[in-house]
Amino acid sequence: MKRPEFLGLALAASLFATAALAAPRIIAAGASFPYPIYSKWFSEFKSEKGVEINYQSIGSGGGISLLTAGNVDFGASDRPLTDAEMGKMKSKPVIFATVLGAIVPIYNLAGVKQDLKFTGDALAGIYLGKITKWNDAALKAANPGVNLPNSDIVVVHRSDGSGTSFVFTDYLSKVSPEWKSKVGSNQSPNWPVEGMAAKGNEGVAGLVKQQPGSIGYVELNYAVQNKMAYGLMKNAAGKFLKADLPSVTAAGATAKTVPASITNAAAPDAYPISSFTYLLIPSKIDDAAKRTAITDFLKWMLVKGQSYNEGLDYAKLPPSIVASEQKLIADIH
Amino acid sequence: MPGLAAVTARPAPAAKPGFFSRLKSGDQVAYLITLLFAALVLLIAVLIFYVLWQQSDLARQKFGFSFFTSTQWDHNGDNYGALPFIYGTLLTSFLALLFSVPLGVGAAIFLAELAPPKISNALTFMVELLAAVPSVIYGLLAIFTLVPLLRNYVDPALKAAFGFTPLFSGPVYGVGYLAAGAVLAIMTFPFIISVSREALLDVPREQREAALALGATRWEATWQAVVPYAKLGIMGSIFLGLARALGETMAVTMVIGNTPKISASLLSSGYTIASVIANEFAEASSDIFRDSLIFLALVLFLLTIVINGAARLLIIATTKKGSST
Repeated sequence: MKRPEFLGLALAASLFATAALAAPRIIAAGASFPYPIYSKWFSEFKSEKGVEINYQSIGSGGGISLLTAGNVDFGASDRPLTDAEMGKMKSKPVIFATVLGAIVPIYNLAGVKQDLKFTGDALAGIYLGKITKWNDAALKAANPGVNLPNSDIVVVHRSDGSGTSFVFTDYLSKVSPEWKSKVGSNQSPNWPVEGMAAKGNEGVAGLVKQQPGSIGYVELNYAVQNKMAYGLMKNAAGKFLKADLPSVTAAGATAKTVPASITNAAAPDAYPISSFTYLLIPSKIDDAAKRTAITDFLKWMLVKGQSYNEGLDYAKLPPSIVASEQKLIADIH
Repeated sequence: MPGLAAVTARPAPAAKPGFFSRLKSGDQVAYLITLLFAALVLLIAVLIFYVLWQQSDLARQKFGFSFFTSTQWDHNGDNYGALPFIYGTLLTSFLALLFSVPLGVGAAIFLAELAPPKISNALTFMVELLAAVPSVIYGLLAIFTLVPLLRNYVDPALKAAFGFTPLFSGPVYGVGYLAAGAVLAIMTFPFIISVSREALLDVPREQREAALALGATRWEATWQAVVPYAKLGIMGSIFLGLARALGETMAVTMVIGNTPKISASLLSSGYTIASVIANEFAEASSDIFRDSLIFLALVLFLLTIVINGAARLLIIATTKKGSST
């Protein structure tokens, strides 16, 4: 392996640059959802290749703004860039999917022991405020034999702008024309329903745990790590699936290129509320040492990096996406 | 105070009595340095105002004065208004003071006037401890204990008793204005005790003794002679508490429900200025969205200035009447 030579780093902004550093120091920022796997990757990569990547988990929007302003070497985002955001970039970023995540419905119904099943229509109805009782016909039809109480549904959603909300509303927009026209997909949607909001996955989970009769949505890995019960979703093929890592990867396999929306994917074993998360790498990196370090990292991430995913409850990229992204690395000059 | 070495041991006049020779006098140096520090306060305040003003440019131009009256908070249409947040901020702060002023002033009177010194010292230490607890801890305690308590016992009881008034109508969630007001009350309480107690302790002995000599009971002396004398300090403590309540972010965000609407019901969920900034600033995707959040910060800044200004006027007005002595 070629070790990048130490160059006089133009790191005027970095207070941390030390003379003994043997490799360029790379600064990145963005999405908080993949932060646990990214920090694992960056620490493994550093011990193998000696290149240090400092990642600030400040949220997708923050990552995009810092990249636009040129304050970081690359960014990370849970959602694709809007055209307006893309237009402001000095150098059009190359977008790499890194891992996949999923969103699961969580609820608080004391008397119900089984995992509840939700159709996209029912979930949209609840978040539109049209389904207000737990024993609504739409929920009963999907859950035969479950004794659903005649109590009010308390809707809980995110209060902060979030990639999680973006993917959730992207899914609802695909399954419900009414949702699409009234609300649409947005990281901070205008929620049409009277309910409660909380900050972060932990906030939503906390409120749902506390509030009898409530429903919320959180990231799959958050639910798994906190051993929370969550509902099954009906996918586009008509099958009810409990989200797990293979079913999320299966959804990812339906994408030909990235970025792509893979909610409500057509594959029979694909979990319907799945999504990629992305790294945004500038297509033009002037500093040769940094460019080599970043492309080395991307190559490493697509092969060895993926083996760390499942230990941290992130779904692996499907082989088709890995192959197409390996070609994409050549676009970085 | 005479006798300062630097003043008395003045050096012989130099050939050119310029700036530096004057500096050799310790008083001048101290004056300049402390003036500089004091000027920093003004500088920081002006800078904050300038940055908020300049960075909220887009929102000020687009919404203008209607920002203060609009109840819209529409991310899709990029249409923003501040009224629900102003309402939530003022209402929760008002509720907080409603609970914490009688409790805090009462506790301060006990600690300063009535309690045996040992108990007073121990409790005062605890009060200062409470004031130093980070607000996120209060928020967590509120989520896990205060909110269930409100939802299961307090809110239903209030609704049963006063449900016919709009103040206690609507569904009971536990989170909402009342929960935010209650957690703010707990947070402002130590400030009010601490500062009020100091004010009460500063009341001269003669004031109390004169009242007792005229035949007042201990409580009458405290309530009619000591407390009025310390009125300014007590009011100061209340405004310090209010300032904390207006700007408190984390604890309120965790229990207010975070919904941008105006509701007369105290049981309903709402939003405050500080909470919405904390929640949405990191992911404010469009320029006008970001500028609107900064405009909200400017509104909060102005709100604090207006309220503190009003407090000053109140204090000046009451001192002029001479009611305290």
